Amino acid sequence: MAKKRIGPGRAAFSILNYTFFALFTFICIYPLWYVFIYTISDPAKVASQNVVLYPLGFSMYNITRVMQLDGLMNAFLISVARTVLGTVLTLVSCMLLGYVFSKEDVPFRKLMYRLLVVTMYVSGGLIPTYLVIKAYGLLNTFWVYIVPPVSAYYVILIKTYIEQLPISLEESALIDGASYIRIFIRIIMPLSVPIAATIAIYSAVEQWNAWFDNHIYTFSNSKLTCLQYLLYNYLTEAERLSQMLESTHVTQEMAERAQKLTPMGVRMTVTLITVLPILCVYPFLQKYFIKGILIGAVKG
Amino acid sequence: MAQTAATPVNSVKKRKKRKNWELFFIALPFMIMVIMFSYVPLAGWIISFFDYKPGRPLFDCTFVGWKYFKMFLTDRDVYRVLKNTLIFSGIGYMLSPLPMLFALCLNEISCTRFKKVAQTTTTMPYFISMIIVYSLAFAMFSTDGVVNSVLTSLGTGKTINWLTNKKIVYLFQTCITQWKGLGWSSIIYIAAIAGIDQEQYEAAAIDGAGRFRQALHITLPGIMPTFLVLFLLSIANFMSTGFQQYYVFQNSMVYSKIEVLDVYIYKMGLKLFDYSYSTAIGIIKSILSVLLLFVANFLARKVRGSNIF
Repeated sequence: MAKKRIGPGRAAFSILNYTFFALFTFICIYPLWYVFIYTISDPAKVASQNVVLYPLGFSMYNITRVMQLDGLMNAFLISVARTVLGTVLTLVSCMLLGYVFSKEDVPFRKLMYRLLVVTMYVSGGLIPTYLVIKAYGLLNTFWVYIVPPVSAYYVILIKTYIEQLPISLEESALIDGASYIRIFIRIIMPLSVPIAATIAIYSAVEQWNAWFDNHIYTFSNSKLTCLQYLLYNYLTEAERLSQMLESTHVTQEMAERAQKLTPMGVRMTVTLITVLPILCVYPFLQKYFIKGILIGAVKG
Repeated sequence: MAQTAATPVNSVKKRKKRKNWELFFIALPFMIMVIMFSYVPLAGWIISFFDYKPGRPLFDCTFVGWKYFKMFLTDRDVYRVLKNTLIFSGIGYMLSPLPMLFALCLNEISCTRFKKVAQTTTTMPYFISMIIVYSLAFAMFSTDGVVNSVLTSLGTGKTINWLTNKKIVYLFQTCITQWKGLGWSSIIYIAAIAGIDQEQYEAAAIDGAGRFRQALHITLPGIMPTFLVLFLLSIANFMSTGFQQYYVFQNSMVYSKIEVLDVYIYKMGLKLFDYSYSTAIGIIKSILSVLLLFVANFLARKVRGSNIF
């Protein structure tokens, strides 16, 4: 390599560039770091000092107390259940449909495919959908979280993927007299692991992060509250929560609690519990996250 | 040998000739679900022509014709809400080259480790929920959030509640949007840069072009097509700024500026129970979006000579 001459302009740009990305990285990490250090700080110290860069003391008090809050464990289980079931259902149905649409001899294939694709652009809207869900008797049931499992976008991605698989494998299986379902399970599924993994991750993140269906369809059934919505309630009811703590009818126990388990403490701890699964999974599966964006982009 | 081989091949041909009903019946239950959840609601559009009251059968409600569509045109709130929507999507369009710039600059970073860490961390906010984003913003920017406590300890003596400040709503929300989406949106450009032929850079270097000129004359034209396609695709989303962010971040102090069309549809429908009006606004929005999609497609055909789908 020839020796590079670095001019002053280039050096200045380099410094600016590195500073910018260092700053941006910092503002992406810092809020999460703050939540973490706030949660594990000693609540007694937090009351008198500001947490900024490192934890003040160390205490599991916030976490242990928040774990005992009404409904937290239940919300966690609901979130896990919808993530697992929703992802499995989405994956199975989208894989099957993608496979069906990749076969040209299926009757009404074009019609069905078009019906599915149109749903990406036209929807009934908020109220008509709400009324339909209500008419099906799905209000306040777990089902609204996981049906319908079919997503047009994922089906298109899978169909495109299956279409570019080497077809000869399948032909030889057909000669052996295997049924289509058998071919799907024995040949197509093992070959589609990369796309299946990507879609499973996207679907799981979507399910874990979902709260709006909870907000409009199941808000009156507290047993179906998921973690995100529980956090939302803590955030929006904060005024009430702190008023309750500050009200004149403070009992001895409540006063003690006001000193220790603060609304902010509850919020930060629940935030940590809610975001932790994503953060734990993200670095290891990052390549699938990125792949998901790229295959989508190629399609677009 | 030849005979035994001939029979299965024959049966394959036969199988191909007859229609594949087996797979059709596998697809059928899923298609029925798609129709139940995506097409049946379209029939619900009819309530926008009635004075529909929840819980009452439709044929008991009065037919009012275009009343709710006319109402949309005269509703003063609609002007405010549309203005907010257009401002937010306008800012979005103006900032749409940012991810491209972000990718270009990231590409200039020579330390691979730093580049990787920066890319990983800046992509991460995309995958956390809007509720968490709000919670983080609350921890940072509320009256007793970190930013204010740092400002106070620096001796400015004034606390600002960034979340309830009406003057900075547009700016603040734009920052939140960019924080969450910038890193993610840039990935597609990073991939496009990786796909540029390396020989071009070598040739340019021999011709004496520096890094800046290389970026300007090779990288930028190389990723421009990607930018154009994405820009065209986003035209159809002119009216859909998204719901979650503006819903979660609203409060009594800022609602007049943060309320966008999607939030207004929600408010009219599920808060004020004006089902018919809410549905009518939703219909207008859907039709405009589909029209814009055709416009985008028309433009794409002019620019690229092919459809966007």
